[in-house]
Amino acid sequence: MSAPPVLEVRGVTKAYGERQVLRGIDLAVAEHEAIALIGASGSGKSTLLRCIDLLEDIDDGDVLLDGEVITDPSVAPPGVRKRLGMVFQAFNLFPHLSVVDNITLAPVRAHGVPKAEARERARELLARFGLEGRAEDYPDHLSGGQQQRVAIVSALATQPRALHLDEVTSALDPELVGEILHRVADLKASGMTMLIATHEMGFAREVADEVCFLHEGEIVERGSAEVMFAAPEHPETQRFLRRLLDAGRL
Amino acid sequence: MRAAAKRQRAQRRTTISALSTLVVLGGLAAILVTSPGWHEVRTTYFAWDDLKDSFPDVLKGFWLDVKLFVIVEACVLVLGLVVALVRTTRAPAFFPLRLLAAVFCDVARGVPVVLLVYLVGFGVPALDLKGLPTDALVLGGMALTFSYSGYVAEVYRSGIDAVHPSQMAGALALGLTRGQALRHVIVPQAVRRVVPPLLNDFIALQKDVALVSFLGPMEAFRVAQIDAASNFVYTPLVAAAVLYLFVTIPMARVVDHLQAKSRRVRGVVEVAA
Repeated sequence: MSAPPVLEVRGVTKAYGERQVLRGIDLAVAEHEAIALIGASGSGKSTLLRCIDLLEDIDDGDVLLDGEVITDPSVAPPGVRKRLGMVFQAFNLFPHLSVVDNITLAPVRAHGVPKAEARERARELLARFGLEGRAEDYPDHLSGGQQQRVAIVSALATQPRALHLDEVTSALDPELVGEILHRVADLKASGMTMLIATHEMGFAREVADEVCFLHEGEIVERGSAEVMFAAPEHPETQRFLRRLLDAGRL
Repeated sequence: MRAAAKRQRAQRRTTISALSTLVVLGGLAAILVTSPGWHEVRTTYFAWDDLKDSFPDVLKGFWLDVKLFVIVEACVLVLGLVVALVRTTRAPAFFPLRLLAAVFCDVARGVPVVLLVYLVGFGVPALDLKGLPTDALVLGGMALTFSYSGYVAEVYRSGIDAVHPSQMAGALALGLTRGQALRHVIVPQAVRRVVPPLLNDFIALQKDVALVSFLGPMEAFRVAQIDAASNFVYTPLVAAAVLYLFVTIPMARVVDHLQAKSRRVRGVVEVAA
């Protein structure tokens, strides 16, 4: 690899008061690569994504975007976040704006894209995500699955360098998970660089090039989904996968 | 069968509420009319001729009230929002402004409106500074703006606080600056939430414009008071009271309507977690 990875995380630590949430995370996501972060609730997956997106301050370590240290205090966060896309578990759509206004808000306000152009592009993306004719609806009038697709379109509308998915299927009914999974697999096929925190092992298996298992703020095991799911090495990984297997989710 | 039973029940409910209303109101009217002083009260408070004589003047005075509260309301909407936004800033450099805004709210809400009207109305001209207004109406309006901006700032602030933090996170994650996030995401949602309490404060303001009369302007209350004093009747005051009701009651109904509408149309606008 000659070009630097799109995202690089070096020795990142983070504590909330006494509680150590991240204990020295090292991670690199190359262009067009998708990495899945798995692990129990509270293992630090979401916090890691929020730290990379500069929504949380880190205590130590560095995060690099295209080789530039973005966690340096002299770097202005909005400029960094403009280059990253984030999709949240609870969608975080803006209820007072129509679907198309939700999607064009960042392109128009943060990137200075002319409104007409942004709307045109929003419509293309909506069509690609099976949401034709929904542009003027309000988020409250959409189903959970539709809202989550709008959230993904919103994050894509700014053409980010990397897309962060934070438990994007956790708030959805089981029958809607497949739909989102399918869309994310399409994105991966189109070359999007992704970092995916998930409880849904389908993401790990079908989308991710590499799976990282987090336990108490550390990546204790990493590798391809096939290898890790078939023959986990670390005892915590074994325990975690056993629990998923028992719950019928693997 | 069921429909008929329902209709019957509805009819019975209507009959009962009509009867009970009649009994209560009739009883109250009976107590009023049979009270020993009723004749006196009727001739001093509810004299038709006095009402006809004084009404045009009182109405003219009330027009001044209307102009005053419309202007003050516009100023309060802007100033209240500015103060609320200053109070929600976090940057250390804004600390003095935050402190000032907090003191503003405390003083504005903590001092009786009538006192503020006196203090501003007589205190500001006493400063004898060039450029400061000396018109009693303007000074009274300033005092009311100050007082009500304190309340309205807190209303706005509660609205801003009520918008879930995930909305700010979502806006920031898109690359918006904190200011853009406030302008396009947080404040529009906050304002929608606070319209009813905001209008409630305006109902209070629409009556409190009468306090400006203490500084001299011939608004409805003052006109009525002068009329009342010169004719030894209180009817003009009743006329003024009715005029205030003409603006405050519709406003109260608007508030009710908006509250009902926001419940009905948008459902609960709460954002999931």
